[in-house]
Amino acid sequence: MLLVGTRKGIFTIRPDLPGVVADPALLGHIAQHVVSDPRSGRIVAAVGTGHLGPTVMWSDDLGTTWTEARRPPAFRSGERLERALRATFWLTPSVATEPDVWYLGGSPQGLFRSDDAGDTWSPVDGWNDHPQWETWCEWPDENTPDGSMLHSINVDPRDAKHLYLGLSSGGVFESTDHGADWAPLNQGCLASFAPVPDPEFGHDPHCVRLHPQRPDRLYQQNHCGIYRIDRPSDRWERIGDNMPTDIGDIGFPIELHPRDPDTVWVFPMDGTDVWPRTSPGGRPSVYRSRDAGQSWEACTAGLPGRAWFTVKRQAMTTDLGDPVGVYFGTTSGEVWSSVDEGDTWSCLAAHLPEIYSIECAHAS
Amino acid sequence: MNRITVRIPTPLRSYTAQAAVVTAAGTTVAEVLADLDRQFRGLRFRVVDEQNRLRKHMKIFVGEESVRDLATPLTGSVELTLMQALSGG
Repeated sequence: MLLVGTRKGIFTIRPDLPGVVADPALLGHIAQHVVSDPRSGRIVAAVGTGHLGPTVMWSDDLGTTWTEARRPPAFRSGERLERALRATFWLTPSVATEPDVWYLGGSPQGLFRSDDAGDTWSPVDGWNDHPQWETWCEWPDENTPDGSMLHSINVDPRDAKHLYLGLSSGGVFESTDHGADWAPLNQGCLASFAPVPDPEFGHDPHCVRLHPQRPDRLYQQNHCGIYRIDRPSDRWERIGDNMPTDIGDIGFPIELHPRDPDTVWVFPMDGTDVWPRTSPGGRPSVYRSRDAGQSWEACTAGLPGRAWFTVKRQAMTTDLGDPVGVYFGTTSGEVWSSVDEGDTWSCLAAHLPEIYSIECAHAS
Repeated sequence: MNRITVRIPTPLRSYTAQAAVVTAAGTTVAEVLADLDRQFRGLRFRVVDEQNRLRKHMKIFVGEESVRDLATPLTGSVELTLMQALSGG
């Protein structure tokens, strides 16, 4: 089952029932990220409305009923910077060794942690109060029209103390001590918009994914290209240079094969001029690499020849099937599915609200 | 303590079992909001942020006067109205 977070609520869709869309849950709520916990089946959602403060909801019955977090994420009251969370944006369940732990990233760029499966949340002080936080986050400037956000929280499955996160903008950051301290990890990434093109931080990662079977490998779709890093190297390699030059390597999402660390999917967008963020030339195409980004192939069979939607950073996902199912949702409210790892595509659902996130649900 | 009539906008009625009008105790706006949260857990944080500021797009009327200072005193039989800032359609 697919969990679809939209500007107007949460939809659930079964890939085996194309065109069948159940009525939404939390109709009218802005659902930025709706994520299933592979450890328990619990679904946790980062939600808000245009007016009310941000919050978190959870469901233990595959989205039929929802309960609000008893203590939603928030900065500490009375803190020096007087920060207030405006949006809950990104959710990541931690790994098997800490089964009730979740992380949440927000706007402004706070990091929050729950130790009880999303019901109560606390600030991660090591990040939020880091001596460099104001510098890394360019506080109090808000550099994007929707506000700067913290996203792409990745937990190393071998060591729950080892964390990565992404800032838009700000760059990629790493912690090896459970979030107590952090350091930038941006060498090799371009920041073509910055006064110097290769700063220590200040980059704009759009989506960062750690491979669950090879946790030393991460892929990144950045504002300035597609990258891969193989730790312990501290330097990202721009694998997007291998994309066709007329397509380029700008986009929001990047998705990984659950077993093969060399297979990755992206959805290129037009990053020229005023950044339309639509597909280059209005021709939607998924691109797939089978060799860790050394080469790329277009996967367009079944996709519309011309369309003008955007696919946001949380709006693409893969399942655990063999072959792997690949899914993406569009700002025009369509859900597209491929049951053959991107070779062919079909539309699972249309006429939904603007889609912000797509994730697969796990059995509870 | 003073019981204040509070009008609840539709986006917050999931907290009040759909009640449009409730009562709460308090001699200031802050005290009434605290009592509302005791009765309807979670409501206050949707209206007031963690630094005790009225959220940007929320409004509170004391009688017919819009206030943003949560220390505003409440006297007599005044009503308090929570609402969302409105724009366009």
